[in-house]
Amino acid sequence: MTTVQPPGRSLEGGSGGAADRLFRNGTRVAGSFLVIALIAIGVMLWLSSSQAFGTFGLGFVTGLTWDPVASIYGALPYVVGTILTSLIAVIVAAPIGVLTAIFLAELAPRRLSIPLTFMIELLAAIPSVVFGLWGVFVLGPFLGHTVEAWAVEHLGWIPIFAGPAYGIGLFTAGIILAIMIVPTIVSISREVISSVPASQREAMAALGATRWEIVTKAVLPYARSGIVGAIILGLGRALGETMAVTMVIGNGQDIPHGLFDQAQTIASKIATTFNEASVGIQTSSLIALGFILLVITIALNVVARLLVWRVAGPPGAR
Amino acid sequence: MVTTMTESPATPAEPPQPVPPVDGPAIRPTVPPPARALPEEGAAAAGSIEVTGLNVFYGAFQAIRDISLTIRPNAVTAIIGPSGCGKSTFLRTLNRMHELTPTARVEGSIRLDGTDIMAPHVDPVQLRRVVGMVFQRPNPFPTMSIQDNVVAGLRLTGRHSQAELDEVTERSLRRAALWDEVKDKLKANGTSLSGGQQQRLCIARALAVDPEVILMDEPASALDPVATLRIEQLMAELRQSYTIVIVTHNMQQAARVSDETAFFTMGEERAGYLVETGRTIDIFTNPKNQLTEDYVSGRFG
Amino acid sequence: MAVIAPAIKPAIATRLLRSRSDRRRAAFDRTMRTIALLAALVCVVPLGAVILFVAINGAPALNLDLLTKAPKALGTGGGAASAILGSLQMIPLAALMAIPIGIAAAIYVAEFSGTRSARIVRFAADVLVGIPSILIGIFVFTMLVLPFHQFNAFAGSVALALLMIPVIMRTSEEILRLVPGSLREASLALGIPMWRTVLSVVLRTGLGGILTGVMLAVARAFGETAPLLFTALGSRLVNVGNFSKPMDSLPLFVYTNARAPFTVLNQQAWGAALLLLLIVLTINIAVRARSFRRNVS
Repeated sequence: MTTVQPPGRSLEGGSGGAADRLFRNGTRVAGSFLVIALIAIGVMLWLSSSQAFGTFGLGFVTGLTWDPVASIYGALPYVVGTILTSLIAVIVAAPIGVLTAIFLAELAPRRLSIPLTFMIELLAAIPSVVFGLWGVFVLGPFLGHTVEAWAVEHLGWIPIFAGPAYGIGLFTAGIILAIMIVPTIVSISREVISSVPASQREAMAALGATRWEIVTKAVLPYARSGIVGAIILGLGRALGETMAVTMVIGNGQDIPHGLFDQAQTIASKIATTFNEASVGIQTSSLIALGFILLVITIALNVVARLLVWRVAGPPGAR
Repeated sequence: MVTTMTESPATPAEPPQPVPPVDGPAIRPTVPPPARALPEEGAAAAGSIEVTGLNVFYGAFQAIRDISLTIRPNAVTAIIGPSGCGKSTFLRTLNRMHELTPTARVEGSIRLDGTDIMAPHVDPVQLRRVVGMVFQRPNPFPTMSIQDNVVAGLRLTGRHSQAELDEVTERSLRRAALWDEVKDKLKANGTSLSGGQQQRLCIARALAVDPEVILMDEPASALDPVATLRIEQLMAELRQSYTIVIVTHNMQQAARVSDETAFFTMGEERAGYLVETGRTIDIFTNPKNQLTEDYVSGRFG
Repeated sequence: MAVIAPAIKPAIATRLLRSRSDRRRAAFDRTMRTIALLAALVCVVPLGAVILFVAINGAPALNLDLLTKAPKALGTGGGAASAILGSLQMIPLAALMAIPIGIAAAIYVAEFSGTRSARIVRFAADVLVGIPSILIGIFVFTMLVLPFHQFNAFAGSVALALLMIPVIMRTSEEILRLVPGSLREASLALGIPMWRTVLSVVLRTGLGGILTGVMLAVARAFGETAPLLFTALGSRLVNVGNFSKPMDSLPLFVYTNARAPFTVLNQQAWGAALLLLLIVLTINIAVRARSFRRNVS
């Protein structure tokens, strides 16, 4: 990497000479490692999936069958499963997460906001596999007996609420994902909301607004794109989440038709079949699935960060 | 440093009074003669504020000590003094904006037209519609158009017809001397205006909710001299309908614009207190307190 | 004294009272603030629920057997010794690889910021953080497992390290940014060379925060399963020291035994999950409590 060094914060002019240069190059190597790793991941995944894309073309993404015996592989059921579980997660987590962020940033006294923030950070620290275990044996059966059973009984005539409801399936996976992405949405939304200048709140307050009106009419409009960015980052996390989803989503191989069907996501499909896959077209297809996931998550990540930066500024400038 | 006005801002009721220029470097600001008679003392006129024994604390720190003064209605009262002596803090208590800071605490009484504004039955939300505020740095809402900015406060109290909104927009912008400049671009973003225009937009926004009192916290200090002059002209016009209290660092501005002046300074332990208050012309030409004399003649601050 | 009363506007005293619409607004304000509070409480409920059930179900299974015995076939008993030992080996190796690279990269971005390459590195770290960990696992599989036709623990450590590096880099960079420029300038003005300025002055000032970031990254790696699925693979055999062979880890143990058709193994999964949760939460609580105390003082 060639660099032209602007004065800025760079520490030129030290008396270290060769040692300084060595230091500088050493840290630069470490920095390049990150860039190289990123590129390598993209390249390797692409190369390994090229066999699958070469064989099936773009039809891979829209293909409906995953049949190792007939050597036909199509990604659509897993793409749909991924999208649906993540959608459920975002629909549930976004309102709760944003409201919580508003509460913690604007409305809560410190003696409430500090412990609550702490607990939400702990929630983020729980390993995915522990969520999965809890989901399989606790949450799943609970949802199956309560929410899902109720929905099947009263709304079962609507196709997406059709039973049977086992507690294992799309819906439970979506709920577990929601629990897992809420801390992301809360923490980033909160950062964005805190970066709204005090002068905006004062201006609205001076016009005779209640505290909630200050939030909805001055703070949220200002922070809008950043909050959207926070939600998209949560979505990105949900898309790539593997263990908890694998353990509670069951084993559906078709495109799910109802909320309570079993299904698979890209991540869960890879997790469950990769090690048994025969090297060649099958493995390549699994990696191709992963490549699709990679592209989607990176794109969402970049878009989300740009939105957050628009409100809260890039990290260097905060 | 000192600009003496050779012409006081023209107000409808009186012919321009030329003020003789002063020879040599004049330090003390020259005060033009009062533009019109003030409302009589003692008349319970709408918009008077009576402050008694006001103490303001932020946590354990006392920002303001024992202030008592009366703010006359339909007049411009300037609050002057060196920085850090509590002028802005004082101003913010008048519409209970200090309550936005959790650690703020107030003792004493502030009566607006006889009603104690700190009374339990008085909601700060309602108070702030009667006592409006304009801030040091113009702060229009960046996601709103000019019109939406003006009617932002009005919209809080329920639905209004578009005709009503348009009427209020025009009326407020006219009163803020901004109408002619923006009438063709009411849908443009509020931040697309110059600094001085943005400040007048904020004034229009404050006027739109029909207050009785307008508080201005150094409204022109972030503006260029031309914009400052327009704001000062505006204040002179506005006082006919409203009570105006302004905090200013700029003594000349206080001398030009205000009818009454209150001089604050920093006392022991950095608590601000009121040194002297009275008609502007008295404060600047014949102050009773030595500190006041020192400040207005430029010896400190 | 002629008093001309402006008859149109209501008196101030009246305007200070609440009208009906004002009461409605106040009620709406209270309602929405309560809803926001409830939302915050709802966020916290799953934390309690998970801890509660893991504790209830795991405590009976968390016994000496679980900690010391190796897995037995067909659910006839055994324990998580291979998993615990595996984690205790792979995590330190991963940390050993990740910490120097992560901190060095952070130094590069923080100290030579403003250059285009620093921004590129930063961007790469941000993107890497968002990549699903299972894809990192696939990547390391293609690089370190496939060529050797052998699942191995070293690949597992590398995968974990790849997860940790961007996280450590970002948290360290933030801390380094907080160190005031005046400190650097003072050190340079004394004639101390740049490399020593950074290492002895800047790094030492930020050490607490950097350590916090490192510990949190380690805690996260401790609980990761997906990247190990195709690298270290997991194993029922106790593997001590052989990184060229598969190795088990605590999260892998939980995963495998949760899905096993034997109740005994499911119970072991709960026990192992409790152990895992205790470790991860303890690290998190200790680290955050420390930084919280420092922030407050």
